[in-house]
Amino acid sequence: MATDIKLFNSNDENAWCPGCGNFGILNSLKKAFSEANLKPHQILLCSGIGQAAKTPHYINVNGFNGLHGRALPPALGANIANKDLKIVVTSGDGDTYGEGGNHFIHNIRRNIDITHLVHDNQIYGLTKGQGSPTTAKGQVTSMQLDGVRVDPFNPIATAMTMGATFVARSFSGDVNHLSEMIQKAMEHKGYALIDILQPCVTFNKVNTFKWYKDRVYKLDENYDPTDKDQAFKKANEWGDDGIPLGIIYQDKEAISFNDRIPQIRDNKPLVDREWSPKDASKFMEDFR
Amino acid sequence: MKYNILIGGSAGQGMDTISSLLEKILQRKGYYVFSNKDYMSRVRGGHNFIQIRFGNEPIYSYDDKLDIIIGLDQNSVEFHSKNLKKDGVFLCDDKIKWEDERRITIPMLKIAKEIGQARVFGTVGMGAIIKLLSLDDSKIEEVFNEKWDEKIANDNIEAFNKGYEYVDSKYKPKKGEAKDTLLINGNQAIALGALAGGLSFYGAYPMTPSTSIMTYLSTKQNDAGIVVEQAEDEIAAINMAIGASFTGVRAMTGTSGGGFSLMTEALGLAGITETPLVTVNVQRPGPATGLPTRTEQSDLSFILTASHGEIPRMVLSVKNPEDAFYQTARALNIADKYQMLVIILNDQFLADANQTVNKFDFDKVTIERHISGENDINKDDYKRYEITENGLSKRIIPGKIEGVTVLADSDEHDEYGHITEESEVRISQMDKRMKRMELLKDELIEPDYFGVDDPETLLIGWGSLYGGLREAVETLKDDGEKIGALIFGDIYPLPTKLLEKYSKNAKNIVNVEQNFNGQLAKFIRQETGIHCNKSILKYDGRQLYGKEIVSKLQEEVL
Repeated sequence: MATDIKLFNSNDENAWCPGCGNFGILNSLKKAFSEANLKPHQILLCSGIGQAAKTPHYINVNGFNGLHGRALPPALGANIANKDLKIVVTSGDGDTYGEGGNHFIHNIRRNIDITHLVHDNQIYGLTKGQGSPTTAKGQVTSMQLDGVRVDPFNPIATAMTMGATFVARSFSGDVNHLSEMIQKAMEHKGYALIDILQPCVTFNKVNTFKWYKDRVYKLDENYDPTDKDQAFKKANEWGDDGIPLGIIYQDKEAISFNDRIPQIRDNKPLVDREWSPKDASKFMEDFR
Repeated sequence: MKYNILIGGSAGQGMDTISSLLEKILQRKGYYVFSNKDYMSRVRGGHNFIQIRFGNEPIYSYDDKLDIIIGLDQNSVEFHSKNLKKDGVFLCDDKIKWEDERRITIPMLKIAKEIGQARVFGTVGMGAIIKLLSLDDSKIEEVFNEKWDEKIANDNIEAFNKGYEYVDSKYKPKKGEAKDTLLINGNQAIALGALAGGLSFYGAYPMTPSTSIMTYLSTKQNDAGIVVEQAEDEIAAINMAIGASFTGVRAMTGTSGGGFSLMTEALGLAGITETPLVTVNVQRPGPATGLPTRTEQSDLSFILTASHGEIPRMVLSVKNPEDAFYQTARALNIADKYQMLVIILNDQFLADANQTVNKFDFDKVTIERHISGENDINKDDYKRYEITENGLSKRIIPGKIEGVTVLADSDEHDEYGHITEESEVRISQMDKRMKRMELLKDELIEPDYFGVDDPETLLIGWGSLYGGLREAVETLKDDGEKIGALIFGDIYPLPTKLLEKYSKNAKNIVNVEQNFNGQLAKFIRQETGIHCNKSILKYDGRQLYGKEIVSKLQEEVL
């Protein structure tokens, strides 16, 4: 059963560049929500700052568009407050891997039950073309005129090293694959990262649609995402050697953050907690 | 009748345990107790001390004249003997070198070793104190058994008895009379107020002296069904709390100055998204890491405008544990009612000071959520940031109403929450957000006033100086001075009625603050034009106390 995809349409004016890879991600999100039989009010989209982070405006679900790099902490707070909400974070490579690096690391450790989409265009778009954490070393940008002098961040390998329980990569040019990944990520109990390759048509003249198209390939049916050693090999595959798409690693047994907290696991969502001031009066005994 | 005891030693010698048990015994025997801690930023060594005052009337401040010192190390002798009263008693181990006729040596360590548990040596001293004060040894077992398992409790009871037998009675205090009291410090009272006020989520990063709020709340997680999360940093802590609050639960965060600095960006996020949020800043001396375990009231100026841009906020300071309890519960209601940020200022002194207070009245606490339901809104056209006459729009909980979604944004937004750069929309949303500052003025709490009806000398202070100021005014009033003190709890917006009333005929208006710049005085002058012509300012990291205020006033003002 699928809900009507039109339910997710927003009438807000879109500020993305024509041809931006974000559109493919937006369409995949709507498709995934619809096919997962979700209704708009059951979903919360959290974001930070950047072009990717504007996604909550272009889709009709609950949205919290917060601060740069800080998409994950409000998402965690929301997840704790209401475990019944389906929470998706939409964020960019700068927002998640740069400004928000600390939250990226620690929410993997928590295994919070969210789907985390990183629109990875390997460049800063909104601030007009500076290198991002995933820009290739040596790539010339509007800021790094002699080429980026630092090594790129490997999100897949980093997430796996930190113990992420669902790590996938997809491509914004393949709506079917991406929406399938989003659905699988939403079904996963715990933290699910999808690093989404996405061309920036304005500022990244290297990692173009064609550049990605020529290199990406889908992991075949025989690939076992529970095999961590194999997954690490795939995590390090990049560039002309081919870029694997699909679920690179998944641990289906891991316990999500909320299920590690008995008062959440065994009760109604925190938002429905019943409480009156008098219920706290017993705590006075600690001070008698 | 008031007695003043100091326990001094190096970190790791178990002074916290000895003093907390001694305080508990005194409270159970019906006395009013007031204790404060002076500690260094280190895990072991250094010199720390705890002062415990007790008596038959409520005690508001500490005092530096000591009746009994229990010195666990050489430093305690050297640092505190000058404050020992002429007829005071100095208890210490026979290994400590110090010549004074007031000294009573007890082989504390030797006794402890004979018991087979060197760690109980402080308990020997505690036994001696109880005997010196002619208090019977009842309540001891009860308190020790609550604290420890049988073996450790028995070792301590034995150590206590050895100390008790070692000395003779010296003081004869009246029987304790305080009934049904709590022994609680400022941070614990904030935590208890939050629990009463319906707090469901507390996210924080450990930072002295705010940590004990988090520690206490975490011990109640399962029982109260709440969640306390230790965040990766203060930025995460406040953003988590905002996310939780947006999703419909009461959420709070707390930290000290440096952590608060990290939180400032998110204060603006709470402001522009109109998300209710209570943030506690337990002040310590800055700047930067400052004096990490000491006290100051130097974050006020910063807090009043912290965050870039302009947002509505309420700032209140807590005066004592009782006030901390009720004000924290009130702060949660105000945050919900006005969909805004409320900042509670506490400081290290009050955070760590244990006081006996009357039992809190949980009937006086209410939980007022101000959340709209299905029938309160237009389901087909819900506007989270609808322009209304009073500036408050209907707030619903995401996910709770089928077919209705909520959009919040840190960018300037239209009534639906969508990003906009339209100048008219910006103005209307800005006006709408700031309007609540007007509404708030109707429910401000005027400062406490102590003193004569028409003071010639008016003292002005805030927060934890309540105790010292109150004691100072009571002393000077008894001496015939025409003096009074206004002690602010609510600071921003500033309540002005009593300020205008009592400052009218005062010859001297003296601000008494724990900072260098006289931050409250500056703010009062900015808001009202009322000028403090004298100042008593202290910023050495130690709290002003009643007698100290009296002597400074006598030297410089009266």
